[in-house]
Amino acid sequence: MSKIKSFFGKIFGFLGRKKDIKLGFYGPPNAGKTSLANRICKDFTGEEMGSVSKIPHETRSVQFKEKVEISYKNKKMIFKMVDTPGIATRIDYEDFLKYKMKKKDAKKRAKEATQGVIESIKWLDDMDIVIVVLDATQNPYDQVNITIIGNLAARKIPVMIAANKIDIKKADIKKVESAFPEYKVVGISAKYGKNLDMFYEEVFRLAKKI
Amino acid sequence: MKKRMKKIKGFSIQFMPYSEIKNLDSNERVKKILKVVLGNSILILQGRLKSEEETRLIGDTMALVGHLKNFRGIELAVVSGNGKEGLLGRMRKNLADAIFQGGSDSITIIGPATIVKEIKRNPKKIELLLNK
Repeated sequence: MSKIKSFFGKIFGFLGRKKDIKLGFYGPPNAGKTSLANRICKDFTGEEMGSVSKIPHETRSVQFKEKVEISYKNKKMIFKMVDTPGIATRIDYEDFLKYKMKKKDAKKRAKEATQGVIESIKWLDDMDIVIVVLDATQNPYDQVNITIIGNLAARKIPVMIAANKIDIKKADIKKVESAFPEYKVVGISAKYGKNLDMFYEEVFRLAKKI
Repeated sequence: MKKRMKKIKGFSIQFMPYSEIKNLDSNERVKKILKVVLGNSILILQGRLKSEEETRLIGDTMALVGHLKNFRGIELAVVSGNGKEGLLGRMRKNLADAIFQGGSDSITIIGPATIVKEIKRNPKKIELLLNK
């Protein structure tokens, strides 16, 4: 009986899918989540999603862009893009003072950033596909990366890893690949739009899984 | 009114065997761990939490930043097998995980960010950098 229910559920679920695919961008702060989301939005809608900055935690609330139609090799799909604040285990307002920020502003930013982390975590459940954006110049074995990917795996959400900043000499995609051997890693440069063809191909492949 | 964390005069390292959290639900596990960390101790936990418990721990600690004086979050690292075991090794690990749940070949290190500056991790070693 349950098999019959599951069979019809799949058929009607497929026919009834009217909602756009929710494409989430997750990762640690300053990995380039918003830069990548901006690049995609700019390419397909002409508008950007959010502001970017060298100061960590620039995105402090979840940002959405509805009805983003991505076309690649004669294929088209409509996505709801969800750009999330960077997930961190520590937030210290003193870290922002290094960027010549006033103490009051730094404290405000830290407070908003902690709320942003909580909001990002809450949204994990709602994603259809997640792009985990990592900074390929940094050590990939950070526990935050492992925790995010572990969570997505537990929720059976299709995941790909975008190893960003490959335009920087220090970037090491092989290290990212060896840290997460079970996942497809695509090296990209969101800043310069490098290797996005491979990125879109993987997004479409994952979209078929949901 | 903001609660104050005790002024740091030093720190201790506390070891917690997995048996201490084995029969607790996720809520109680996170609470127990937080109690140790908020007491300015570095916790070395045998085994590891479920990934959703790790996320919850991050969320709960973030909710405390700004409400507890001097609390800036935590540093967290899990050291376990590097996933490059052969088929037999993986089978052994899966069996051990099934028997001991999260308590097989992993160790979790959790410390308050005011004490632990950074935990540098690569597959073969772990470095705990402390604040001055």
